[in-house]
Amino acid sequence: MDRMPVWADVVLIPLISLLLAAVLSAVAIWAIGENPWEAFSLMVDGALMRSSGWGYTLYYATNFIFTGLAVSVAFHAKLFNIGGEGQAVIGSLGVALCCLFIPWPHWTLALLGSTLGAALFGALWALIPAYLQAARGSHIVITTIMFNFIAAAFLNYVLVNLLRPVGAMEPASATFPDATHLPTFRDIFAGGEGVLFRGAPANVTFFVALAACVLVWLLIWRTKLGYEIRSQGNSESGAKYAGISPFRIIIVAMLISGALSGLMGINVTQGEAERLILNSAEGAGFIGIAVALMGRNHPVGVLLASILFGFLYQGGAELAMWTSIPRELIVVIQALVILFTGAMDNIVRWPLERVFMALRKEG
Amino acid sequence: MDLMTLLQILDSTVRLGTPLLLMCLAGLFSERAGVVDIGLEGKALAAAFFSAAFAYYSGSVWVGLLAGVLAAIAFSMIHGLASITFRGNQLISGVALNFLASGVTVLIAQTWFAQGGRTPTLEEGRYSNITLPFAESLQDVPIIGPIYYELISGHSILVYVAFLLVPLSWWVLFRTRFGLRLRAVGENPAAVDTAGISVQRLRFAAIIIAGVLCGLAGSYLATALQAGFVREMTAGRGYIALAALIFAKWRPWYCLSATMLFGLLQAIALRYQNIDLGAFVIPVQFMNALPYILTIVILAGFVGAAIPPRASGEPYVKER
Repeated sequence: MDRMPVWADVVLIPLISLLLAAVLSAVAIWAIGENPWEAFSLMVDGALMRSSGWGYTLYYATNFIFTGLAVSVAFHAKLFNIGGEGQAVIGSLGVALCCLFIPWPHWTLALLGSTLGAALFGALWALIPAYLQAARGSHIVITTIMFNFIAAAFLNYVLVNLLRPVGAMEPASATFPDATHLPTFRDIFAGGEGVLFRGAPANVTFFVALAACVLVWLLIWRTKLGYEIRSQGNSESGAKYAGISPFRIIIVAMLISGALSGLMGINVTQGEAERLILNSAEGAGFIGIAVALMGRNHPVGVLLASILFGFLYQGGAELAMWTSIPRELIVVIQALVILFTGAMDNIVRWPLERVFMALRKEG
Repeated sequence: MDLMTLLQILDSTVRLGTPLLLMCLAGLFSERAGVVDIGLEGKALAAAFFSAAFAYYSGSVWVGLLAGVLAAIAFSMIHGLASITFRGNQLISGVALNFLASGVTVLIAQTWFAQGGRTPTLEEGRYSNITLPFAESLQDVPIIGPIYYELISGHSILVYVAFLLVPLSWWVLFRTRFGLRLRAVGENPAAVDTAGISVQRLRFAAIIIAGVLCGLAGSYLATALQAGFVREMTAGRGYIALAALIFAKWRPWYCLSATMLFGLLQAIALRYQNIDLGAFVIPVQFMNALPYILTIVILAGFVGAAIPPRASGEPYVKER
């Protein structure tokens, strides 16, 4: 099926799909009696025209980079890891345990520790579904969905019965010690006092996310393991024939994927809330699916798509504040993006292929 | 535990198990025809909203039911368009539909009713509970009387419909020509195609049936179990139904027992918060997670393998 140039596949199709999703969203906004153009400019205003808007956009984007990378690494091995949500929740638990029970002298060390904790916990939560897929052939989609629910129930139990401070009503852990406080963008760029990034939750974890992008790129395209993962994803029988163990690749790919999802816990738990709360992942695990599909499973694409979704999240919050458009509009847009870039890809691809075929005949 | 408590728990098992059963049968038809349906949750959610909204406007539960079923069928058609016509990934399509339903229902509810994403509480336009003949007069007969009065009588009509749908589904799937073809399309679509029968049309028929069943489930949730729609009211039931379907190994009668088992777990978790067994306490969170844990155990193959229809999840590409 070598009919289209690569740039059309990588850039044109996602852009057209995005346009379709945007048009449908505009129709939805118009249908509930608001002006789509005004809504859009309000979103741009709130998310991109002020530094604090950027601070929120990049904070959300940080979450989506981690979960988006997690989904893409699994996708490269042809595994659909839908359990990013659960892995992020358990990763947050790892972060909280690190911050609460180890007396860190400085935030840099605490960040190092919580990175390890988050990655380890997230990876472990992905291990059982991975093992069941590799050894027993149990479908990873079903098992990871189940593990999302089990993670939520488990965290609920841990918060209510174990980590909740004595006398507190709310199911949340105690506040982390001051030494674990991660510098926010305001601390970094405005010395903690200026108006730049005031009140915005973006923090140093964003740079960890950027580093993760680079590492994933290196892993997938510059290492033997990455090559093996991609071979397995392209053709399991081919990879097997070349001496690559499917068992090992499934386990390793899922461990990496789970670790990446878990890392999201640093941003929300240590970076923002500074304590462990219920439902800390807030659906970011699922947005990772949309981000990975849009970003064509490439770290650069994931980064751009994450910023786009960060913009949608922050812009959506602005809309909810100033207009009668509820936040759920973002969920609709997210669904449309998943639908058009993931499931109905061919609705754009088939006509486009025909266009390129026609062009080639003429040329 | 006395008989009355037991009966109350079983009664609430039936109430909570019914939406699971309807969604599980929906998944059964869809997956038997080779279309994996993660979007059960979304379809039922959309149906719940539209049946509550239209029952509110019209005051008639039947208008609501019709609206709910149509909404669920519309979602089915999107799923079919994506995964049958355009041969997209069925899992991704299902995930997208769940998000679509979760967003669209609140968006429309907020626009229509402006009550924070819910419909007004329904005064009329709900299912009335049916008292079976002689239930009142037999109430005092020991043991049988209370069982008949508390457990069997006094449910809404959809409960009885759901239970009758189990033998009906079995009959359709395993005793009719349509059912044979439907199952064949889930196992070996190429063979069905060779016999000159349209794979696409059969699969569309299967997902429309699934849409109708999800519509019933949504209508039951919003206008029988509760009085109106609240956001995310399906609360993961679609996924539990999916789990029950695996538990049931894609068979109608097992669907009944699996969903009732999961309904029982929900009923127990609802009635007793933490269960004190003397030596240790079973936390309520464990009871809530138990359906998912049981499914993992089944999937792990410890209790006999659960083998899905062979062609499920695969778009069919016609040979040319």
